[in-house]
This record gives sequence, C-alpha cells and structure tokens, in this order.
Amino acid sequence: MKARSLTRRLTEGLVPALPYLWLGVLFLVPFLIVLKISLSDTAVAQPPYAPVVEWSDVAGFFGGLDLENFQLLVEDDLYLLATLSSVRIAALSTVLLLLVGFPIAYGMARAPERYRSLLVALVILPFWTSFLIRIYAWVAILKPEGLLTQGLMSLGLISEPLNILNTETAVYIGIVYAYLPFMVLPLYATLEKMDDTLLEAALDLGSTPWRSFWTITVPLAMPGIMAGSLLCFIPAVGEFVIPDLLGGSETLMIGRQLWSEFFSNRDWPLASAVAILLLIILVVPIVVYRDVEARRVESGS
Amino acid sequence: MTRRLSLFNVTSLVLGFAFLYLPILLLMVYSFNASRLVTVWGGFSTQWYGALFRNEALMEAAWVTLRIALLSASLATILGTLAALALTRYGRFFGRTLFTGMVYAPMVMPEVITGLSLLLFFVAIGLDRGFWTITLAHTTLTMCFVTVVVQSRLMTFDRSLEEAAMDLGAPPLRTFFAVTLPLIAPSIVAGFLLAFTLSLDDLVIASFNTGPGATTLPIRIYSQVRLGLSPEVNAASTILIGIVTLGVMTATLVSKRSLLRSRRNIQ
Repeated sequence: MKARSLTRRLTEGLVPALPYLWLGVLFLVPFLIVLKISLSDTAVAQPPYAPVVEWSDVAGFFGGLDLENFQLLVEDDLYLLATLSSVRIAALSTVLLLLVGFPIAYGMARAPERYRSLLVALVILPFWTSFLIRIYAWVAILKPEGLLTQGLMSLGLISEPLNILNTETAVYIGIVYAYLPFMVLPLYATLEKMDDTLLEAALDLGSTPWRSFWTITVPLAMPGIMAGSLLCFIPAVGEFVIPDLLGGSETLMIGRQLWSEFFSNRDWPLASAVAILLLIILVVPIVVYRDVEARRVESGS
Repeated sequence: MTRRLSLFNVTSLVLGFAFLYLPILLLMVYSFNASRLVTVWGGFSTQWYGALFRNEALMEAAWVTLRIALLSASLATILGTLAALALTRYGRFFGRTLFTGMVYAPMVMPEVITGLSLLLFFVAIGLDRGFWTITLAHTTLTMCFVTVVVQSRLMTFDRSLEEAAMDLGAPPLRTFFAVTLPLIAPSIVAGFLLAFTLSLDDLVIASFNTGPGATTLPIRIYSQVRLGLSPEVNAASTILIGIVTLGVMTATLVSKRSLLRSRRNIQ
C-alpha cells in the first residue's frame, strides 16, 4: 500500500517537473549564458568567444567579466540608432495595425452569428501559412516592375514605376500584413462580447455615433486593444525577416543588427550584448503582456 | 437583439480580406507562369512543379524539415500538456511564478534572442549543431504554445466529471486517461498542429542552430529568395499552402463533427 502511494506521488510529481526541467535547461540556462557571454571578450579561437564557464576557477569567472561590449554599444551610434528606429517602426506599425485591424474586427463582430466562425477561420488561415512565404509574396508585388506597378499603370493611375521595395514603407506594409491576425483576433474577442444596448442607450440619449464610439466602444474594447498591440509591438521590435527582405540597406533594425553581428562579423559577444539590449527594451512590454494574457486565459475568454 | 451590418462594416470586411488573401493568391497564380520572370505573365505552365521535384537540394530540405517538425511537435505536445496540467491542477507549487514566466516569455521573445541563446547553450555543452539542436530548439519554443492551447481548454471544462470518477474509486492516473484525456483531446490535437506548423515555418531559430546536413526548407527558400525571385519557390509555396489549407479544413470539420456528436450525446 505504501509503495503504491509512493509511485503515485512520483508520477504526480513528474507532471510539473518534466516541463519545468525542460524549460529551465533549454530556456533559462541559455539565457544566463547569453548574459555571461555578452560580458566576455572575443577570443581568436573557434568558437569565437572566451570559454563560457571554467568550473574550476570561480574567482576568474567573475573577474573576467567586463562591460566592454556594452561600452561599444553605447559609443557606437549605429546601435543607438538601430534601437530607436526599431522602436519607432514597431510603434508606428502597431498604430497602423490598430487602424487597419479595428474596422475588420468590428465588422466581424457585427456580422450575423452564423458567419462569424467562418470569418474567424478566414483570419486565422493566413497565420497557418508560412510567414516567409507571405513576405516573399510581397517582394513580387512591390518591386519596381512588380504587380502593384503593373496594376496601377494599367488603370492609368500612375505613369512612373513605384519604388516601394527596399524602403521603410515596404517594411510597414510587411509588418501590417504579417501581424494582422494577431491584432484582429484579440480585438474581435472583446468586441464580440460587447453589449449593444449600451450603444443604443447612448444614441437614445442624443449622443452622436462618433462620440459613443469613443466613450463606449473604445473603453470596452481596451483589453483587446492592449493584448493585440503588445502581441504585435513586441515581436515587431525584434523583427528580422521583414526588414531583411522588404527593407533597404538604410532600414536599421536591432534584430537585423544582431543577425549581422552574428553571421557576418562572427562577433558572438557583441551579438549577445545586442540581444541583452533588445531584451532590456522589451522587458516591460513582455511583463505587461504576460499579465494581460494570464488574466485573459484565467477569465476563460 | 439584432446587429445590422452597415455599409462601412461590409466595406472594411471586403477590403480587409482582400488585403489578407490577394498576395497569397497572386503568388499561387504566378507559380503556373511559363515565364522565368516571376512578375511577367507568359502563359500557363506547370514546368516549375517538375523543376521543383527534380531539385534535389529542395527535396532533401523538405524531408529534413518534415522530420524535425514531426519529432519536435510530438515532444512539445507531451511537455506542453504536462505543463498545462501543472498550471491548472496543481494550485500553488514551488516556483510557480517562474514557471508561468518561462511558459509565456518564449512566445513573445524575439526569435533572434531565442535562437542565439540556444545556440550558445549548445556550443557550451559541446553538442554538435544539426538535426537534434534544431529539434530541441523547436520543442522548447512550441511547447509553450501547446501549453496555452491545452490550458485554456482545461480551464473551461467541467471538473465534476473528474471528481465523480475519483469518488467512484478511480486512481488519478486512471481518471486522467479515462476522463480528462478524451475531453481535452481536441485541444491537444490543435496544440500539436500548431507546434507542427510553427516548426515547419521557422527560419530564424533554425538558422542559428543548423549544422551540416540539416538545412531546412525555410533556410533553403530564404537563401534562394535573397538571390532573387524564383518561380520554383512559388511552386513550393503553392504546394505548402495547399497542404496547410487542406489540413486546417480537415481539422475544423473533424472538431465540428465531434462537437455535434458530443452535443447529441448530451441530449
């Protein structure tokens, strides 16, 4: 009897222990290693950094750390500019996503009930399609002799080819396109539950539709607006594929900078320092997002 | 209570869905282009599909990608389901806050950071980069998505069924397999499909953790795209989109039918 309860307790203990251990080893530890390497020097030997941990030499481990890489990040304008422009591009994209996504989510929430699940499925479907393929599709559309230019020229709207590819505009288009489902779905989830009688009451009491939109719909949709905006803003700051394929050489973004430090310059300590910098920028939005999301899941919506 | 669609609502829906679908449709149409120039229509042809299947590098990459996706999605489904059970059924346990943090953070963390940190970890422990490092990396990322999907199902379901089984003397493990598992099965399937697609799709994390002989399809497509547009990539994309669309539609139909059946059973 006693042995059986012991096995039972062991199996029960494994349920949290397995995923806990997995994430601890493959998420937390790697993360600490990045922190450590960002504080170490580039070594000439391969792999290109000084040893991670000399287990026998604890004092040397802490003694060898310095802020050289971070000093470089502060001194070189490039990283500051890349950081600022990543945050700017991500913030502006999030605003554009709200402007594009809100009317779609609102239309979905007002559609007859029998069509709603179909509309939701249609928003989700592109998300299942490869991200890379969806961005690739825009290269053919936006390039100078591309499909957009051809279409507008045949309509007689423009006479000169448009030069959108390899500009920041193309990056905005790409981010809005790729992240639209992440904005529309949380917005739809809150708008769908909204009580219409509130709007009717406001109209009956003489409020204009515009005013009732701002004083009723927007505040009630706030949880969706927050979740959608964070869900788009956070990954957009660290985006690599979109600025690389659609943006020009002058489109500075921090994720792209990390990639080139790592793959082109092979400076792993500096790449790690850039990763830490990126994380410092994102730590507040990530924590806020985690709270918003945990509350949303626990409220069962 | 009736909701009426205004002209504005209809317009925004039509424009919104056109924006979402036109680029993909154009990409698919131009995979049947006879011309090598991707953006100039030169008549209908299926030659790029033939060229695709003769492209050994691309086929090899597709095979590697498929194996990694199947393996990592299976591991992620097991780990994610366990994590979801831990978060919903265990109340407070030691380090719960840290655990929740570790589940939610990888989902929003920029891929470049996840990719880089895992690579540095693999180098530090001396694991050769390749098939296994990508599989481990993908499992870590996708198990978090599985957790959230399964967790939201566990939150909403009726605990009294489990309690009834326990009251009738079923041990916890047996209760889990006889009652809980069948009830959360659709969300586990959904979690697996999500993990599978995410792994299939990933470029950034795979690029950091790849090694000799482990070039995945996104890595191959990316390097080809950087050299310029190629109709073969259009053809490969069309096939991928076709498979995914079919899979999603089947999954939707299956879950709808099982929902109808369970409703009928209740009545």
